[in-house]
Amino acid sequence: MSDVRDLSVAAGLAAIEARDLAAAEWADAYAGLPDELGAYLWRPDEPIGGEEGPLGGVPVAVKDIFCIEDVPTTAGSRILENYLPPYTATAVERLLGAGASVLGKTNMDEFAMGSSNENSAYGDVRNPWDTDRVPGGSSGGSAAAVAGGLAPCALGTDTGGSIRQPAAFCGVVGLKPTYGSISRSGMIAFASSLDQCGPFTRTVADAALLLRVMQGADPRDTTSTGIAAGVEMPSREDLSGVRVGVPRELASEAEGMEDGVREVMERTIALCESLGATVAETSLPNARYGISAYYVIAPAEASANLARYDGVRFGERVAAEGLDDMYELTRAAGFGPEVKRRIMLGTYALSSGYYDAYYGRAQRVRTLIARDFENAFADHDVLLTPTSPTVAFPLGSRTDDPLAMYMADYCTVPMSLAGVPAISIPGGLAAAPDGGPELPVGVQLVGPAFGETALLDAAHALESAIGFDTNAAWRGGADA
Amino acid sequence: MIDRKQVLHVARLARLRLDDEEVERMSAELSSILDHVETMAELDIEGVEPTSRVVDAENVMRADDVAASLPRDAALANAPDPASGSFRVPSPQA
Amino acid sequence: MPESPDYEPVIGLEIHIQLQTETKMFCGCKLEFGAEPNTHTCPVCLGHPGALPMTNEQAVEYAIRVGLALGCEIAPRSIFHRKNYFYPDNPKAYQISQYDIPICSGGRLGDVRIHRAHLEEDAAKLTHVGESGRIHGSDASLVDFNRGGTPLIEIVTEPDIHDPAEAREWLTLLRETIRQLGVSDVNMEEGSLRADGNVSIRPVGSKELGVKTELKNMNSFRFLERGIAAEIERQKAIVASGGRVEQETLHFDPASGSLTSLRSKEEAHDYRYFPEPDLLPLAPSPEHVEEVRASLPELPAERRVRYESELGLSPDAAKLLAYDAALASFYEEAVAAEPDVDPIVVANWVTGELVAASREAGFEHPAETKADAAGVGAVARMVDGKEISRGSGRELLAELVANGGDPAEVSERLGLTSDDGDDLAAIVAAAIEAQPDAAAKVKAGEGKAIGAIIGVVMRETKGRADGGEATRLIREQLGL
Ligand SMILES: [Zn+2]
Repeated sequence: MSDVRDLSVAAGLAAIEARDLAAAEWADAYAGLPDELGAYLWRPDEPIGGEEGPLGGVPVAVKDIFCIEDVPTTAGSRILENYLPPYTATAVERLLGAGASVLGKTNMDEFAMGSSNENSAYGDVRNPWDTDRVPGGSSGGSAAAVAGGLAPCALGTDTGGSIRQPAAFCGVVGLKPTYGSISRSGMIAFASSLDQCGPFTRTVADAALLLRVMQGADPRDTTSTGIAAGVEMPSREDLSGVRVGVPRELASEAEGMEDGVREVMERTIALCESLGATVAETSLPNARYGISAYYVIAPAEASANLARYDGVRFGERVAAEGLDDMYELTRAAGFGPEVKRRIMLGTYALSSGYYDAYYGRAQRVRTLIARDFENAFADHDVLLTPTSPTVAFPLGSRTDDPLAMYMADYCTVPMSLAGVPAISIPGGLAAAPDGGPELPVGVQLVGPAFGETALLDAAHALESAIGFDTNAAWRGGADA
Repeated sequence: MIDRKQVLHVARLARLRLDDEEVERMSAELSSILDHVETMAELDIEGVEPTSRVVDAENVMRADDVAASLPRDAALANAPDPASGSFRVPSPQA
Repeated sequence: MPESPDYEPVIGLEIHIQLQTETKMFCGCKLEFGAEPNTHTCPVCLGHPGALPMTNEQAVEYAIRVGLALGCEIAPRSIFHRKNYFYPDNPKAYQISQYDIPICSGGRLGDVRIHRAHLEEDAAKLTHVGESGRIHGSDASLVDFNRGGTPLIEIVTEPDIHDPAEAREWLTLLRETIRQLGVSDVNMEEGSLRADGNVSIRPVGSKELGVKTELKNMNSFRFLERGIAAEIERQKAIVASGGRVEQETLHFDPASGSLTSLRSKEEAHDYRYFPEPDLLPLAPSPEHVEEVRASLPELPAERRVRYESELGLSPDAAKLLAYDAALASFYEEAVAAEPDVDPIVVANWVTGELVAASREAGFEHPAETKADAAGVGAVARMVDGKEISRGSGRELLAELVANGGDPAEVSERLGLTSDDGDDLAAIVAAAIEAQPDAAAKVKAGEGKAIGAIIGVVMRETKGRADGGEATRLIREQLGL
């Protein structure tokens, strides 16, 4: 093997099994690497954990939204600058329990609000394919770490696309499991009814390996049901008999879709057919209202979830004589502009006189979108869409237009609203409309709730056929 | 359209102190986002039940068994202003 | 000119009761009154980032018990809401409560209809410190989260109460009912029972409700009655002087008897309730609800009805016994021991002589004296069967209360067996003769003068004569 950093999770585990690699060496290969992408917010002197177990020795980067006892955890926010959690998130605990070791905490948009990682209080993250471009968000640091050779796998969270979209922008695999698969305990809440933890990996099989360890009911999260049937390792080599649906609202009719993305989608559809799938156009008639419903529901829940940052029990406080001054100044100083915007939006949507028009209506639109998926899955085993209408955009290009930034989630938000699992895999490279090097394009496969095994199987077969090199960015494209 | 007065009212509810420039910008940005959000009004939602959560389960509870609490030092470790084993705050009535 | 109308008070109560579970509503922290501050907290009840609530099933069970005892309907499916407001005793800045679908609704206790009863979590304890130590003028407060998260049931009545004394009496009935359910120690001094009053007035005969004010902090039964009475007077005075009652929240200061407005007017409350996404619905099965119903003990209101209809007790005696579980079972044991004695006679001895004698002897409760129920029943039988005089019976009871023993033996030892009933008429005659002036005054209608004659009777009988019987004989002999 040329470099330990080439190893996927599965390959590394096999190497350890074959005694070609000592478990501790694997994490050591990543420790102390220069982080020119700004992917990490914190790295320990020695990797944490790394015991025996099904993931014994697997190094993992963890989005800074997961609490780890006595490890700095900021959620990308100034307001948690010196916060040391008194407990560890269940997902991390399960990984550590399976023998994984934590390489560090990765950068992210503040409280997971953003699609470019430009809302972090601790600086931008750069896309390893073109360091003038964003890695996507909100789990930008995790995506960049995996694509940039700084970790073989990473944890992220996805509320409206925060795993899938950065995975697409960085050319790696990103899985958002069914809502309820993995415990949210210890995962700092943005929008509780949408937030879901998931892995960034270089292969679909690696995503399955991590999901198998992390999923399952947790007594600390009543909404975590786990995947009752479990998750099998993907093994499919073709797609014969698989009915693939392409929802036109998120594909041919999607607004603002770049030509390069369109081409990759067309190539992927052709590939599916050549693998034996039947591909048909389908419809999610209400999906185009996803962004509207999402930008009411998520900010509304966030306005309550972020109210606890009040300078009383933890976090940064701005001292003041009066209680209300203390609250208002603390929160004004602690939160960045996007977080304030969403708190305002959510507070407004829930306020007296507006609830029915905004929150009540959005919840009903959510019902309609969930039904659209149920209908689509009556005739299709998986749905195929682009993950994002665009490739990674230049840093700073959308920061002045919140709505344009929100549209980056257009293809990923409907699945979050419906709670169904979705995975982004690299579909190929495409030129950006504004020039520069070719950039990865993600394609998204979507399955019915708790249908992870079949979804990962299909993604695995397609991934093999596409043959994208997820190590290309950090190796300078040498072997691509 | 969300005007200056509404912005200030909502900021007060959310305990966010905004300066004048932020109020202006918030008014414009929230208005533009809400304009987009209001496209939902095109949909007929008559008789559609709201979805608050997508988990199809109920009665998930825990037994009334005591679990370990945090040692007080740990509970207070992150406190900006601990005093007398408690969390000190400016008085609500001051 | 129309006369100024008479006004009728309309009173509703909102009662918060702490449920006596081992642990908090949404976490496993132990509930312990009076513990060192902040020794029973965890990430959940401190509202730490990422911590999620987990419902205590015992609290739900208790709420169902309370609901059934109050004749409520138990919702087949109820949900929790978030009630958003900033206050240092509210760690998440939202309280988990129930809103439009409470677990219990509709019902009745005694003469008062129940509107609803719902589950929620208690606030933490806030102690104001500073120069004066009083609420106003203090400069800082200390928060102790031990109490935060205690399960509460909030019971809201319909405005069916029309008198402060009635409010107090009804709250007593509620307290006894809850106590007998074994779900709370309902102690107003320790705050496990807290009552707020909604008070308005309206012209007698009117069906409309006037503007109501909310009275807080009436932390004893006496203060509740006094506070409501003070507020009714205040409202009447406002209306009498041509003013209008304003909707506001008032704090009753028992020391001065004054009412002060609690909340400044500029801050209209907007709690922005929305369904709690972190918790799943409560859906007790009909079978389970019936099981709970079958397990309920006989409750004070039912018992009172039974005492009146089956045993023929007066409403006052029935209430006195029925609302006090310990006294009721003592009474029933005494009745059972003396099946040939009229239960009304036994009731008179228990509610009259026993209560007086135990108070005299310094016992906290009549059922706790040295006298057992059979003994008290025997005293009632002996007097009723004219084995001993009423005065002797009282002496016997006092001895049993103080030292216990077998009634027949004690009676013999004290020389009470001889019946002095027949002699009383003669003693009365002699007493009248000894007090001719007093006799003349009594005949002239000066009732108080009878005391001098009774004094002689008591001296002659060494206090054993029945005062009532002596009075009757005096009046009889004086031809009144
Ligand atoms: Zn706790």
